[in-house]
Amino acid sequence: MNLFASESEVLAPLASGWFLEHAWLIPVVPAIAFALIILIGKRLPMKGSELGVLSMLSSLVLAAGAGYQWIQRTNSASEEQFVEPVIKSWSWWQSGGFNFGIGQHIDGLSVLVLIVVAFISTLVQIYSLEYLRGDRRYTHFFAALTLFSGGMLAMVLADNMMLFLLGWEIMGLCSFMLIGHWWEDDANSRAALKAFFTVRTGDAGLLVGIAMLYFSANDWTQEHLGVSGFSIRGISAWALSGEPNSTVITIAAVALFIACIGKSGQFPLHTWLPDAMAGPTPVSSLLHSSTMVVAGVYLVARLYPVFFVGLDILGSGGNLIMIIGAITIVISAALAFVQNDIKRVLAYSTVSQLGYMMLGLGAGAWMPAVFHIFTHAFFKACLFLGAGSISHSASHHSFDMKRDMGGLRKVMPITFVTWIISTLALCGVFPFSGFFSKDEIIDNVGHNGYTNFMIIGLVGAFMTAAYMTRATYLTFFGEPRGASAGENLHDSHADHDAHAAHDAHADHDSHEAHGPHESGLLITVPLMILSVLALGSGFLNATPFGESWERMKLWVEPRHSEFAPELHHAPFTWSKASLSLLIVFMGIAISWLISTRLFTKRDPRLVGLTQRVKILGLGHKFLVNKYYLDVLYEKVIVRSIAYPIANAAYWFNQNILDGILHGFANSTRKLSGWVYQNIDQRIVDGTVNNSATLTKSIGTATQPTQSGKVSQYGALLFSAAAIAALVLVIINT
Amino acid sequence: MFVNQFLFLAAVLFCIGVYGVVARKNAVLMLMSIELILNSVNINLLTFALRSGSTDGHVFALYIIAVAAAEVGVGLGLVLLVYRNKKTISLDDLSEMRG
Amino acid sequence: MIAQNIGFWIIAIVMIVAALRVVTTNNVVHAALWLVVVLAGAAAQYILLAAEFVAVTQVLVYIGAVMVLFLFGTMLTRARIGAESDLNNSYKKLGIPVGLVMLVAMGLALVSSFGDEKLPQTTTVVSSQEISDQIFGPYLLPFWALSFVLLAAVVGAIVLARKD
Repeated sequence: MNLFASESEVLAPLASGWFLEHAWLIPVVPAIAFALIILIGKRLPMKGSELGVLSMLSSLVLAAGAGYQWIQRTNSASEEQFVEPVIKSWSWWQSGGFNFGIGQHIDGLSVLVLIVVAFISTLVQIYSLEYLRGDRRYTHFFAALTLFSGGMLAMVLADNMMLFLLGWEIMGLCSFMLIGHWWEDDANSRAALKAFFTVRTGDAGLLVGIAMLYFSANDWTQEHLGVSGFSIRGISAWALSGEPNSTVITIAAVALFIACIGKSGQFPLHTWLPDAMAGPTPVSSLLHSSTMVVAGVYLVARLYPVFFVGLDILGSGGNLIMIIGAITIVISAALAFVQNDIKRVLAYSTVSQLGYMMLGLGAGAWMPAVFHIFTHAFFKACLFLGAGSISHSASHHSFDMKRDMGGLRKVMPITFVTWIISTLALCGVFPFSGFFSKDEIIDNVGHNGYTNFMIIGLVGAFMTAAYMTRATYLTFFGEPRGASAGENLHDSHADHDAHAAHDAHADHDSHEAHGPHESGLLITVPLMILSVLALGSGFLNATPFGESWERMKLWVEPRHSEFAPELHHAPFTWSKASLSLLIVFMGIAISWLISTRLFTKRDPRLVGLTQRVKILGLGHKFLVNKYYLDVLYEKVIVRSIAYPIANAAYWFNQNILDGILHGFANSTRKLSGWVYQNIDQRIVDGTVNNSATLTKSIGTATQPTQSGKVSQYGALLFSAAAIAALVLVIINT
Repeated sequence: MFVNQFLFLAAVLFCIGVYGVVARKNAVLMLMSIELILNSVNINLLTFALRSGSTDGHVFALYIIAVAAAEVGVGLGLVLLVYRNKKTISLDDLSEMRG
Repeated sequence: MIAQNIGFWIIAIVMIVAALRVVTTNNVVHAALWLVVVLAGAAAQYILLAAEFVAVTQVLVYIGAVMVLFLFGTMLTRARIGAESDLNNSYKKLGIPVGLVMLVAMGLALVSSFGDEKLPQTTTVVSSQEISDQIFGPYLLPFWALSFVLLAAVVGAIVLARKD
């Protein structure tokens, strides 16, 4: 069956091992833990949280073992040999001739993401032990968190698209549960719904894409590889075989990419991500910085051959992935400047960094983009947990930088140092991890001939440095304000201090009496671990130091074969790197100067600038309103669909149903009444009253459609169906 | 036997059922009309099963019978509940969903 | 063949008349009894279509169980057994055009798709073994799903109808 079997027999056999063969246990452990937490969690001494932490720890051990053995496997391969992934698959269920498999597909990419997810999940669960202590839904929180990690892990090691879809949807569900964890607040449940619906809009694309790939690839994969058209390995080989119809694969790639736009918060579906900060901070850290939103990027990296062929990556000009990525980098970085909520700054920063990953993938810089997933996970999780640490211990559960923070570097030294390290990593300053990944992306985009996109990347780097400096300044420098200054103004914070309203923190009221302080060990230890990784993880693929330092490339990047397209790497040059470093330092310096002048010295030339200069004010308003995208979605799109339907139904009800039932006489009377009303009264009485009455009548007009009578609904439904069927029949004959 | 004679019978039954669903006010009678519609679908399925020579249609016809039994069980349970609370099963009197 | 055709037309006419009585009669119990005629006719048609097992199931489930449910429903919600005048609603007149338009649409579609195509001649009926091979083979998953539906319906019906 396998066309390539004869070739691989010649090559050296690849090393394998227990951890690689049993990698499927990694998501199974959290799934079992989830069931146990739900069933018996409340009766356990630590209310089920110990099960969550233990399951994540064992997943981490399993993933680390798999990682170690994967490294051995790549070392056992010869120089140019494609390292076959460790694939196991079983029949999951079958129906009507379709066979759906379940199994694992372990290669460098999945091992890398597995380790990152398991690691971050473990730290976040430990952190949550302290952060959510005493919460009323403590057990449920850990159950959802564990199931979420299980879903992500299952998605990452899926060997076929159905299992991938399962993990993807479990994550969607759990993110809904976790964002709306404190659903008593209207804003939180709204944010949860918004996240759910926005992501679901994209998920439609995933379903369409999977179905298209299955039906077009199945015959080929069955014939050549003996696997179904859901298999990721089969789809990859099919995409690169030159077999597929270019239109089909392009549409499938676009459909899949729409799912990535929704999940990874790319423009124009990024609006849910900042709102999703309504959830508890550990949730933001886990879901919206390093794991869930990476799912979309992961899908592109996983099915890279499909996107490579379908969207013509490395072709001349830009492609959809690059364009969306580039737009996202700039617009979300701009939004980060006008946010006062520290978590929202980080959220927009995440969106922007995801844009970098997409830009890299779209430009053929697969390895730097995947490496950016790796490094970004550490420093962004550290930043989010740092923000949580501040709100937990210093700012009275507020996230407002302008009102309740400032000058915290003295009282929270550990949080401060870890924050600074992660910020420098995010900005891409030389020895920190972000430099090795982000700079590589920008460099490779330019190397592959996309100069315009490289400039956008550099502009994004400048903006990143500037908004992070602003946030750092507001939080840690200057004079303490609000709650950080020890003010205990409980009532005045009620409007923005969403989290304080919860009895979750009732037992922390004692803290508030003695003002801001450093957080406990359960919070600071994860921060320290993450900051060490934010500092050091970049050296795993340190291109500046030569080929021998590029370990990650050796381990993770699939070598060119029938399963992976051929990719090139930009040679590292210090001249290009120093240019981007210069841009980053300029961003930091300019932002620092402006922040000092504006926030501390209250320079009259800067304070109130947006009020005085009209064009700046308009720009500021535009940014504060998030480009009016929410207005567009909620007011324009939803209403323009919902209202005409309601109006049409009302019109049908009034004109057709009543017309039949009440007879001709009634309509004549109405008509004469209408003539009297409109010709006589309206024109004579003038148009002044009209606008008011019109508005009122539209308001009341839509109401009676919902008569509540089942028979009327049935009659409408069936008559619509009958007419539609008749139209179809007549058209077709 | 023509294919169409069975399909026409099914179509006629279906339309009678639709008329019943729209015109009947009594909830039990409305459920009966739904049974007519379901049976017409079964006739179609079995006709096509015979035409194509496969047994898939039989399987689905059996499934439909089972679903219909479940539907009648729950439906009549609802009707009883409504009757107990409102002392009527006239659908016109049940308009709590009015907007 | 001719005997089958004669059988078909007799049963079909009886079924249509009975179905019309179901939706027009003024007596709920009569409607239920007319429905029995329709369902029995449908079972007979299934036999003509070489589907004996489905026909037997139809008789057992529909005429045996569902009809009893209907009669119980009638009994428990209406004390009076006899003619009533208030069974139709104000949309009655709308139902006729809707039904006719649907019939025309389906009729046109059927004529243009199948014309005078004939059903294949069969002497053997589909055995219940073949059906069970299908159900417990490729269609096992829907079967499981259906089991859950029935379980849910049983629980739901008890919860709904229970007095507390």
